[in-house]
Amino acid sequence: MENESGELLILRPGPLTTVQDLGRRGVAHLGVPRAGALDEPALRAANRLVGNEPGAAALETTLGGVALRAVGRPAVIAVTGAPAPVLLDGRPVAWGAAVAVPAGAVLEVGAATAGVRSMVAVAGGITVAPVLGSRSADLLSGLGPAPLAVGDRLPVGPPPPHADRPDLVPLPGPGAELVLRLRLGPHAHWFTPRTLAQLGRDRYAVSPASNRIGLRTQGPPVERALAGELPSEGMVLGAVQIPPDGQPVVFLADHPTTGGYPVVGVVPAADLAAAAQARPGTPVRFTPLPER
Amino acid sequence: MTAAGRGGGPGVDRVEGRAVGRGMGRVVRRVGERALLVELADTDEVSALYGWALEARTAGALGEVEELVPAARTLLLDGVADLAAVAALLRTARPRGTTAAGGPLLEVPTVYDGADLAEVAALWGVSEEAAVRIHTAPEYVVAFCGFTPGFGYLTGLPPQYHPPRRATPRSAVPPGSVALAGAFTGVYPRSSPGGWQLLGRTALSLWDTARRPPALLEPGVRVRFVAARA
Repeated sequence: MENESGELLILRPGPLTTVQDLGRRGVAHLGVPRAGALDEPALRAANRLVGNEPGAAALETTLGGVALRAVGRPAVIAVTGAPAPVLLDGRPVAWGAAVAVPAGAVLEVGAATAGVRSMVAVAGGITVAPVLGSRSADLLSGLGPAPLAVGDRLPVGPPPPHADRPDLVPLPGPGAELVLRLRLGPHAHWFTPRTLAQLGRDRYAVSPASNRIGLRTQGPPVERALAGELPSEGMVLGAVQIPPDGQPVVFLADHPTTGGYPVVGVVPAADLAAAAQARPGTPVRFTPLPER
Repeated sequence: MTAAGRGGGPGVDRVEGRAVGRGMGRVVRRVGERALLVELADTDEVSALYGWALEARTAGALGEVEELVPAARTLLLDGVADLAAVAALLRTARPRGTTAAGGPLLEVPTVYDGADLAEVAALWGVSEEAAVRIHTAPEYVVAFCGFTPGFGYLTGLPPQYHPPRRATPRSAVPPGSVALAGAFTGVYPRSSPGGWQLLGRTALSLWDTARRPPALLEPGVRVRFVAARA
């Protein structure tokens, strides 16, 4: 019987690496954000490559990658999301494919060559204790495991029994331009008709102030038709809030559960993976969906 | 603090918008591909419809609904499988009560020695002892949560006692602080920045992720503050 307890020892956490799965559901009424991988298709793909359930917990890096050592037993690891060089004990190995990492060996994910966030999945998943049904780090309210630090040891679950793993999965690369479809409402009437007509034509850019809470954009201010403030109300993933400066903020996984700025529209969840991979300065275009 | 509880925007429900079906009951707005926002007159209506929606969801009458998020004057339903059917039900739903009167009652022992007690008492034109009596008199209800996990917005204090928030927020409010701003009383579950007026503190652990439910102050819970010795 193979020894089934394994760990990943973090040697270099990079600028920001967190544990993420599909996030917390059904607790927004307590003020708990959903959290979860920003690039959900990349999480699912990485898990498929190593034979895990699609929602197993994995690592989400930010621009600078991560370095770790397999401790206790060999590991099978796959890197998806933002393309990056992957090194096994210093030798280049494949990105976007399962890599066998012998016990004691070091796997290093380098700086992303495009995009922002690489997903690093390990066969068996990261098995830190779940909090409210999820292992995700929530950087807004501090739930779940803290961002990784040097010397952290992450428990790894038993490898999945079946070896039915695809060799490759489709992995779209980050685009040169970020196109976000927009379903107008619920507060589109808080804005001038001119600004709404213009929104689909104007160009915005990803702001360096973006984070897991929101993708901040910079461009022509979205003009209000109604003054005043909204009483705080429930917010959804992908909501585009317009703060007083008129610069749209697209809510990502760690967004607050309630907010007081009007929401001009909502970006469909399917477009948010691309938003998670858009670097500061990337041009952004909002394309309003036809009303139904 | 977020903008929670501040005076509302002008006449939202009178503006022609993309409400899902108008003229027959509540305004229900579509929010993206999977959510609905119901606009209501006040927190009492929100509490009542939230109670109705919880029961309807449990009974299977709403189909799949992932989140029910009450707020000051809205109820959000997120992760809704059938938007049209649920919107139709929400427009005409008749909740039994006007508030969530059936919720469990929680007593919150509070030491009234907050940094802003004297200021709030002066604002109300009463002594500190009388201010404590005013704050411990009503039965409150948790209208909604937000700001941080386990932070409940409690209604129940009569309008003549609604103080403004502090001009300058504190960078760190101690955990367990019982505080007041506008129509709402709240208890800070953990240390955080905050602009509310601090009346006192409780030793109750309001938020514990190992407990079910993790929040003592979840929407619908009725609350009494009880003056306690330090």
